[in-house]
Order: sequence, then C-alpha cells, then structure tokens
Amino acid sequence: MIALLLRDMTLAVRAGGGFGLGLAFFLIVVVLVPFGVGPEAAVLTRIAPGILWVAALLAALLSLDRIFALDWEDGSLPLLATSPLPLEAVALMKALAHWVTTGLPLTLAAPVLGFLLTLAPEAYVWLLASLALGTPALSMIGTFGAALTVGLRRGGLLMSLLVLPLYVPTLIFGAEAVRRGAEGTGATTPLLFMAGITFGTIALLPFAAAAALRVNLR
Amino acid sequence: MLSVENLSVARGGMPVLSGVSFTLAAGEALVLRGPNGIGKTTLLRTLAGLQPPLSGRIEMAEGAGAYASHADGIKAQLTVAENLAFWAEVHGGKLTDAVFEAFELTELRDRLAGTLSAGQKRRTGLARLGVVGRPVLFLDEPTVSLDRFSVRMFATFLRDTHLAGGGCAVIATHIDLGLEAPELDLTPYAAAWDAGGGADEAFL
Repeated sequence: MIALLLRDMTLAVRAGGGFGLGLAFFLIVVVLVPFGVGPEAAVLTRIAPGILWVAALLAALLSLDRIFALDWEDGSLPLLATSPLPLEAVALMKALAHWVTTGLPLTLAAPVLGFLLTLAPEAYVWLLASLALGTPALSMIGTFGAALTVGLRRGGLLMSLLVLPLYVPTLIFGAEAVRRGAEGTGATTPLLFMAGITFGTIALLPFAAAAALRVNLR
Repeated sequence: MLSVENLSVARGGMPVLSGVSFTLAAGEALVLRGPNGIGKTTLLRTLAGLQPPLSGRIEMAEGAGAYASHADGIKAQLTVAENLAFWAEVHGGKLTDAVFEAFELTELRDRLAGTLSAGQKRRTGLARLGVVGRPVLFLDEPTVSLDRFSVRMFATFLRDTHLAGGGCAVIATHIDLGLEAPELDLTPYAAAWDAGGGADEAFL
C-alpha cells in the first residue's frame, strides 16, 4: 500500500506528472476575481470565503481524471487488480496520493490567497481548518468518479458532471464555516458537519470505487 | 496446480468459448493456439480473475496467479529499477540482481522507462513476472516486439527459472517459444453466438 502511495507521489512530481497544476490554477482563479468584481475591499471580504472554496474545488477537479486513467492506459490497472492489494486499498491510496499532491498544497496556499482577497483576519484559522478537513472528501469523491469513468474515451467531462454535484455539501459547509468564522458566529457546527461528510466518504467510497473498477475492468 | 473444468467465457456479454477443460501440474506449461478473436485473451483474463466466467470451474490456490497482457504496466517517468521495485514491493517479493541479468536489463536499470525501445520496455514488463513470485503465470502474447534473441532469453527464463522452480504457465502465442509444452487449439471450443450468457451480463 505504501509502495503505491510513494509511486503515485513520485509520478506526480516527475516530468508531466501535473503536480502544481492545480495549485497554479487555484492561484490564477483567485487572482482573476478582483479584476472581475472590482477592487472594493468590502465586497471582496464578503465574497472571499465562497471564492476560495469554489476555486479550491475546481482546482482539485482538474487533476482527478489522472487518478486511474494513466494506470488504465499503460495496463497497470489490471495488474494492480490481480496483485495482492485489495482494490479498496488501491482506491484509498490513490485518493490519499491525490490529496497529498493537490488538497494539501491548496490548503497551505489558501491563507496567502485569502490575503489577496482581504479575507477577515478572524477567518484565517477557519479557512485552514475547513480546507484541511474538506479537501480529503474532494479527493475521495473524485477517486470514486474517476473509477466510474475509467476506460471511457474523454471521460473527464462526464466525470466532472458526476462529481461536481457530489461536492455540493462539502462546499456549502466549508464556505459557511469560513463565513461564520469571519463574523465570529459559531463556525464549529458547519465544520463538524463537513468533517462528518469527509469521514463518511472515506469510510464508504473506497468500496464503491473498487466495485466500479471491477465492473470497468471486465 | 491449476484445474479448469468445462469453462465458458464471454467478451462484452457475448459467449466466445465454451467447454474448455485442462489441468496443469507444477512445472507444466500450456500453449493456447487459435485464430484472432477466438478468445485467447478473454480466457486468460477470466483465469486471472479479471472477469467472471459464464459457467464452469477454475481451481487454483488463492492469489497464485499473475497476469501479463499486451500492455506492460511500466511507467515511463520511473526508471527500470523503480518500476520493478514497485511491483516487487506490491507483491511482497524481492528485487534481486538475478532478475536484471535474466532479462539483460543490468545496463538499463537506471534508465527512465520512457527512453527505452519497444523491445526493451517489453523485457522490463516481462521481468515483472520474475519479481512477483507467483507460481501460475497467464501470459498473453508475451513475445510481442521482442527480437529472436530476446524470445530465446524469455523462453530460457520460463523453462529454467519458472517451470523448473515448480511454477506453471498458460501462454497465448503465435510463435514457437521452443518450450516442450502441449498445445491447446481453442478452435473446437468456439461458442455458438447464441449460446447463453445474454447481453445483459455486461450490466451486472
């Protein structure tokens, strides 16, 4: 299991692995927003939680179709399926590798970008906490979507359509936690809801992803 | 070691082979023959457990089989040694120098797999079989893009290392590997196009 995690992380940072792509996308989207809505600090402060969360979500989406598609193309996936690793563990490790190479950098970069959007000072800690707790769900749900569409030609778009609606609860509670954090009105409740969703996806979706892979490998 | 009884297999919901039976003991190999599309790959995928059989029985120790297909499962961005070390670790095996020597990869071990020629990449893919430590090999056209010398090298590995070590192998190939192995012509087992299964099998 650890070998698979390390291999996927190595592949992500080697040439063409796409590490940093999501991060750069996140940066550009957030930087573009003030150009679109104007530089008024009051407006930016108000929309900052939502913008940061939507941008993080889209950035995580960007690299999802690589999770299984590359292993499918070079034939590693059937070989992994016949290896002693259970496919559930493969799905979990793939999601973890995706989170380490996408979700974690996004979380760490978010406070800097929050500064660009004049995020309220009280909200920073909630931004970090909500992204740290929420991005694993994005990776896990995305892994399930990638497993559903593996082997489909140009499955990336279909996967986005499948995955984005499933991201809605995480987005609502995540952005709400940051907004309430900025106002200082009890951000713990949305944060706990979001943590519940995250742990629920981690508990259930590896099995769903493995079942989808088994069907697609036939 | 591997016993197959009255096996029927389907591809995309259509039955392709039915009534296939054979038994392999340790140290034996079986070469599958038959024209394109007869179902050699489908049979091997079924034996390896990648798809369920329509009917019939496959008896094999749990986790004994290893599968090698047209695709090598080699990552272009990793070196030869890193690729093999990964598969060794996944299977709980060990990567030894003997494997590099058996497949003439010693000089290539630190090269990125993406810079290898097709034949060298194929040899790396086959070397994977030497590190997984599985006794039953299912090989689908293992000699594609290998030159004559490499084919002999692979046959030597199969005969002297794998089969002599108590393993067995089912091989689909069009060329003569130089193994003293019985051949199974699949043509008589071709399933009638309406022989059960049904199209909705693909959705289950």
